[in-house]
Amino acid sequence: MAAGMIALEHVSRTFVSADGGRIEALRDVSLTIGRNEFVTLVGPSGCGKSTILRIVAGLILPSSGTASIEGSVIREPRPETGIVFQAPTLLPWATVLDNVLFPLRMMNRMSPDSAERARTLLKLVDLAGFEGNAPRELSGGMQQRVAICRALVHDPDILLMDEPFGALDALTREEMTLELLRIWSERRKTVLFVTHSIPEAVLLADRVVVLSPRPGSIARVIEVDLPRPRSFDQEGSPAFQGAARQIRELIFGQRHASRAA
Amino acid sequence: MQAAQLEAPPRSRRALATAWRDAGVPTLATVIAFGVWEAACRLFDVPSYLLPRPSEIWTDTIEIGGTVAMHTLATLKTVFLGFLASIVISLPLAVALTTSPATAASVYPFLVWTQSIPKVALAPILVVILGANELPRVVITFLVAFFPLVISVATGLMSVPSELIELGRACRASKWSELVRIRLPYAVPFIFAGLKVAITLAVVGAVVAEFVNADSGLGFLIQTSTAFFKVPVAFGALIILSLIGVILFQAVVVIERIFFPWSSANSTAIL
Ligand SMILES: Nc1ncnc2c1ncn2[C@@H]1O[C@H](COP(=O)(O)OP(=O)(O)O)[C@@H](O)[C@H]1O
Ligand SMILES: [Mg+2]
Repeated sequence: MAAGMIALEHVSRTFVSADGGRIEALRDVSLTIGRNEFVTLVGPSGCGKSTILRIVAGLILPSSGTASIEGSVIREPRPETGIVFQAPTLLPWATVLDNVLFPLRMMNRMSPDSAERARTLLKLVDLAGFEGNAPRELSGGMQQRVAICRALVHDPDILLMDEPFGALDALTREEMTLELLRIWSERRKTVLFVTHSIPEAVLLADRVVVLSPRPGSIARVIEVDLPRPRSFDQEGSPAFQGAARQIRELIFGQRHASRAA
Repeated sequence: MQAAQLEAPPRSRRALATAWRDAGVPTLATVIAFGVWEAACRLFDVPSYLLPRPSEIWTDTIEIGGTVAMHTLATLKTVFLGFLASIVISLPLAVALTTSPATAASVYPFLVWTQSIPKVALAPILVVILGANELPRVVITFLVAFFPLVISVATGLMSVPSELIELGRACRASKWSELVRIRLPYAVPFIFAGLKVAITLAVVGAVVAEFVNADSGLGFLIQTSTAFFKVPVAFGALIILSLIGVILFQAVVVIERIFFPWSSANSTAIL
């Protein structure tokens, strides 16, 4: 594995809730992600997956510990990251093309070939011809593909995805998973991908990071030894089954243990 | 091609049905209402100073058509200036209200205060301060119309989903571009909801102002004609006022549909 692209060192994060109580979301998380590595993050809901992602995105800061990209500490959102949220969050008043161009406009990085670049991205996700449409004229899956193009338009080195397919139906979801792998094989990036689907986590990842329930900390990191390009046919393979079983045990085993206690 | 041809007749029939429902039915209902009014006045021989017949209102108003037109234009001018002032002041005010809790806390009392003052009572005082001219009328119109606009714009700016704000932050947006590229566009349906209320209230405000201080305008015409028992003319002015209200309201609706189609598509959910 190449040198660390993203590094979390003893990161903890505590939130103050509305009633003044303290919520410890993350406790002492250390993780290094290599350049162009595909890492997925799984764990029970509320264990701090989004919090980790938002710290790497620079949207929030750790309460203690440091998060850095290529050695420099993350203090604010940085131009080398692109983010996809669970909901497409497209601007309802802008066309598909303008939605894809939005980050460039915000960063004052529009250039004469920006529109062409956006079109190329839309073609990559099978949305050629929809440039002028309004978001509401697109299905949920299509909207999420626009959001992926938007995250890629400024050619970030790092792609952060927070349950990007969580709101989609099962069929669209599998389709999008394969599409993401195809995009990733064409334009290698460092990807940190949050999901609560264990098969999705295994199929996509070089490594799966399993988090324990709140306060979130890393239960185990599982290497996935499956050849690429991947497909859902591999779900039956022993390597896939083994990884999935391990993750399931880590998540549900712990839950049963804590219930018994 | 064939399918399109097959589909065409039902589609145009549906368009006709919609047009009939939207325009035909209300027109017919209005005509019938006026007919009943006319018939009832004739049947029971109601004196015209109590309730003039529609035909009487029509002939008496048309008879002094030039004067009525002049008064209508005067009222329209006040309505427009007051409405314009409402927009120009409400937008920045709403932005100020929503940018920091401190400005909100300091501005809100004044806002509520301006709303709690009875405008009819304020009008004569404004005339003394500002002089017997157009200005106090515009100020009254503004005071009546602007409040709902401020509130709806502020509501729109505040109700931007946190995901959109987060998206802006992730794209390293400045506070200014967040306002211009996210908050204000998001608030457009709310702004138009406010504009629809404001334009209607602007007509009310202009007439209130004309009652207190004016030498022209439909409010003035109503006062002078009732003073001389020319009740049909007063009714004529009243009908023109309600027409102005309806037409200006529809104008705002049309502007929204033309320039912000995505907004009017959503506005049913907001109104
Ligand atoms: N802004 C916040 N304020 C208060 N509590 C928060 C905030 N963000 C997250 N939390 C809490 O931190 C915990 C982890 O949240 P999150 O990272 O969203 O979990 P996940 O994405 O794994 O479901 C949850 O208990 C959540 O309630
Ligand atoms: Mg989450």
